[in-house]
Amino acid sequence: MSTMSPMMAILSRDLRLASRRPAEALLPVVFFVVAASLFPLGVGPEAATLKQIAPGIVWVCALLSSMLSLNSMYASDYADGSLEQMLISQLSGIELAAAKCIAHWLMTGVPLLLVSPLLGLLFGLSWEAIGLMAFGLLLGTPILSLMGGMGAALTLGLRNSAVLILLIVLPLCIPVLIFGAGAVSAAESGLSPAGHFYLLGAMFLLSALGAPVATAAALRISV
Amino acid sequence: MKKLPRLFTFAAPKTFYRLATVTGPWLYAIAAAFAIWGLYVGFFVAPTDATQGDSYRIIFIHVPAAWMSMVLYMAMAGWAAFGWAANARLASMMARAIAPTGAAFTFLALWTGAFWGKPTWGAWWVWDARLTSELILLFLYLGFMALVEAIDDVRRADHAGALLAIVGAVNVPIIYFSVRWWNTLHQGSSISMTAAPKMAHTMLLSMLLMTVAFWAYAFAVVFMRARAVVLEREIGADWVQALAAKK
Amino acid sequence: MVWNSASDFFAMGGYGLYVWGSYGVTAAWMLLEPLLAARRHSAALQAVADMEDEQG
Repeated sequence: MSTMSPMMAILSRDLRLASRRPAEALLPVVFFVVAASLFPLGVGPEAATLKQIAPGIVWVCALLSSMLSLNSMYASDYADGSLEQMLISQLSGIELAAAKCIAHWLMTGVPLLLVSPLLGLLFGLSWEAIGLMAFGLLLGTPILSLMGGMGAALTLGLRNSAVLILLIVLPLCIPVLIFGAGAVSAAESGLSPAGHFYLLGAMFLLSALGAPVATAAALRISV
Repeated sequence: MKKLPRLFTFAAPKTFYRLATVTGPWLYAIAAAFAIWGLYVGFFVAPTDATQGDSYRIIFIHVPAAWMSMVLYMAMAGWAAFGWAANARLASMMARAIAPTGAAFTFLALWTGAFWGKPTWGAWWVWDARLTSELILLFLYLGFMALVEAIDDVRRADHAGALLAIVGAVNVPIIYFSVRWWNTLHQGSSISMTAAPKMAHTMLLSMLLMTVAFWAYAFAVVFMRARAVVLEREIGADWVQALAAKK
Repeated sequence: MVWNSASDFFAMGGYGLYVWGSYGVTAAWMLLEPLLAARRHSAALQAVADMEDEQG
């Protein structure tokens, strides 16, 4: 245990805590499926329409589900005082933020990614489209976890933190949505999705470098 | 060391309050004067456009509003950042005072844009890069205002708002360059620093006059709101008590 | 002068709705916003006075 790096220690701790309450950990995924399934009921079951709007719907629901589990990222550690201890210790705030984001992605982003082909089938997408959508989610869900971590740190302990996180983080994640869903739509209309994926990749790199720094600063502001 | 007090003399809430009180009416007067002049040129001197008819006259408020929405965001983020870095209370108060006006100009830019787009493009709204990023700007303003209002501890609210504003500032260059980077329906820039403007001189004159008018107006309103914020925050201070006693 | 009559001015070559819809909302807001800011200021001043009265 003492030979583990601090980041790995935080990561494994969070994963172990989540594994003790699997139902809670899987709530975002359940929301993802339920919310996406509402659209055919509201929009009508016409196959052509569903196929066209499917990437957008799956991406929006992935965004919203990802945001749902964000306010618990730091909440319990903040409540019992361990967050303050972690910040006072020699642990770097940036490492803490990065570890928390990775944990969130593993617990929320990856399950969403794995379930997305199922939704793709529900909406009648081709296997090629499902593959492109999944690849986009692979690039996009980490961005959501990273930006969301910053939002969670800014809204620590506030009354309406869940809604506030949405309001703060969603505008910043709109480009991810645009290019993620756009990649599939582009491919469907015969254009290359490469440009969209390059931009997603660039956004991932930018947030991977910047978000943990911003999150660490936000934690010091909030605690 | 002797010069420092003069430079930062308005960093004290009390001196700034006096400055804002005195300059307020003048700023409104300047705004009104330039608006009257600008609207006169825009409606009675500038000719009807060959392609767009008279609908183009919306440009005289659309472009200044859009410019103000971006400038005010950078000002807000700048003041908030300075307030965070230098722990300067008044700078953070200034950021809070700017936010509602910035959000309003963003809304007006979108509204006037929609009313111009309908006769010109046939649609009230399109999801192109410039319009979408301007809409995101509105959301960023609203997010800033919601965050600072939600946090009870004022200094934590100031600093949290500063961080958010700084992160969101990346959107402003995106709005500006969006017409260059993407194929958008929104027209490209007609004014550049290096080439002659692509519009008639009377139209350009009116647009610039209205820009000055909007700028003066923004200063006037932000100063008024900043005075309110100062009173709210410095409620315990002696000079504030004395001020209320005089009324 | 660009306009032949007042009604021409208000019609704006058929684009009256769009031009005046834009200018109207902008003008209305630029009258409302200063009023709201001024009201916030007098409310703040009043709050200070109230606090002073309480403290005696």
